[in-house]
Amino acid sequence: MTDIAIDHVPGKRSIPFVQEGLGALTIIALGAVGCFLFPDDLALLTRLIGISFLVLSLDLVTGYCGIATLGHAAQFGVAAYAVGIACVRGVTDPVALLAIGIVAGTLMGLISGALIARFRGLPQLVLSIAVGQLVAALANKLQWLTGGSDGLSGILPGKVFGIYSFDMYSRTAFLFSLATLVVVFVALSRFVRSPFGLLCRGIKDDDLRAKMIGVAVYPRLVIMYGVAGAVAGVGGALTAISTGVVGLDSVGFERSAEVLVMLVLGGAGHLWGALAGALIFQIFEHIVSAANPFHWMTLVGLLLILIVVFAPRGLIEPVLMLVRRRAGKGRPS
Amino acid sequence: MTDLLEARSISRAFGGLHVTDKVSFTLRPGDRVALIGPNGAGKTTLVNLITGDIAPSSGQFLMGGEDITGESIPARVQRGLVRTFQTTRLFQNLTVADNVALAIMQRRRITRRFFSGATERPDVRAEWSSLLARLGLARLAYRKVSELAYGQQRLIELAIGIALKPKVLLLDEPAAGVPRDEAPRILDAINQLSADIAVLMIEHDMDLVFKFATRVLVLAAGRLIFEGSPKDVTADHEVRRAYLGSYADARRAP
Repeated sequence: MTDIAIDHVPGKRSIPFVQEGLGALTIIALGAVGCFLFPDDLALLTRLIGISFLVLSLDLVTGYCGIATLGHAAQFGVAAYAVGIACVRGVTDPVALLAIGIVAGTLMGLISGALIARFRGLPQLVLSIAVGQLVAALANKLQWLTGGSDGLSGILPGKVFGIYSFDMYSRTAFLFSLATLVVVFVALSRFVRSPFGLLCRGIKDDDLRAKMIGVAVYPRLVIMYGVAGAVAGVGGALTAISTGVVGLDSVGFERSAEVLVMLVLGGAGHLWGALAGALIFQIFEHIVSAANPFHWMTLVGLLLILIVVFAPRGLIEPVLMLVRRRAGKGRPS
Repeated sequence: MTDLLEARSISRAFGGLHVTDKVSFTLRPGDRVALIGPNGAGKTTLVNLITGDIAPSSGQFLMGGEDITGESIPARVQRGLVRTFQTTRLFQNLTVADNVALAIMQRRRITRRFFSGATERPDVRAEWSSLLARLGLARLAYRKVSELAYGQQRLIELAIGIALKPKVLLLDEPAAGVPRDEAPRILDAINQLSADIAVLMIEHDMDLVFKFATRVLVLAAGRLIFEGSPKDVTADHEVRRAYLGSYADARRAP
């Protein structure tokens, strides 16, 4: 009797690691396209990948946990400064620098999370701005360490694995960043579908319900903030390594606001949404600002309004709906 | 036998209003208790006090002899004190399967895992699919909760409660809003619960109360005015007065 009843649960065929593999292949394909179409713009593409990490990181906190934040660049910036300072003082191995960025980002994430996740709604948003501004002010004031408003320059990383040196065409920087993005994306797409990731989506939906199944919500959010900090730290480290300078803009409010815009544009709550948002916004920004240096922000604003009106849940949503519909057709009803 | 849950003279006032006034009761293993009372008697407030959603102004709650009055909501759930909500509180953007699987995984302490499978883990899947099948929800497993009818959501609410394997289960009007032909499923599910747990049910449907309860608590204006068998409750003078006869008459009707 029970066996018959269980049969009513529609089967879910899923081949392990297919989604992760497809994700990796897609990113590699996109990278290859970028590499061959714009061989002279690799520096731009590298910068774009660096920011993508920050958008992915913000997605973990905002898209998956529902935490509103306008101070997310703090994790990115602290990691970038930590890497820059370490590099100037003699740690030049890029992989070691990446590790330093991850550690710095994680720590900053845990600190921010411990403060911000305590609250909900508007107080949370205001607190996130305050944390961001505090970090930015520190970066400005601690001139002996960070270079203040001049920025931190002279970051000259060594060869990757002792073989590939960073060249002026950014080839190494681009491939290094792309490879890191593939690894991080695969890990994240596994992570967001883990029990922990699913629980975070639950907390976003209704935190009282989460408490009522026995979940201590606050520590979970702080841990998620730490993970997000690590991802942002990767982005900060790569940006510092590839550009050779770290400026106040990397911790600033504008950076935090910009990545939030990218996330909303692409679609919060999906890793692909974060990635698509980061790509589309920055490419659009690049093209439009070149074509019209004075009014490009107006055009970006216009694009955003159009997207919010016609695809309020981000550009990824219509795509996902198509995929779902196709999957639905394949399944016997 | 030790008490699963004991309430000792619990009071709660909002401003000057005594919403809960020196309420004491005990729940023992196997208890099937109905909590009834007119609208505004403070039934849901009492459940909120038990779960730790609001703190009592005075009084104590004990589970297995230990004082839990100061404990957080999750800590009480981990002790086996589980509730369902009067208005459904579910993870609206997750599927039915995810909702129940989260409860199962939390109970089994695997929600701290970063890279393992979740809802589709074979052991987890086996548990939620048989539970959903029992409640007649199996074919809805992969539907988003927000797409479902209210009555179906009530059943999911119950499924989550059962999935947590509680020692004390508090049901806040589990049958309200459930279509007549689906209501028996709720009673069936409750009857299939392990015999050694205690169930406290707030319910307005007296038919359901009489089918379910071995003991009835009547709450009026925040005070417990009656505790006894379902048979005696309709005969009790004070209960009749509190209800102005409405339930007593309803019982007499065919």
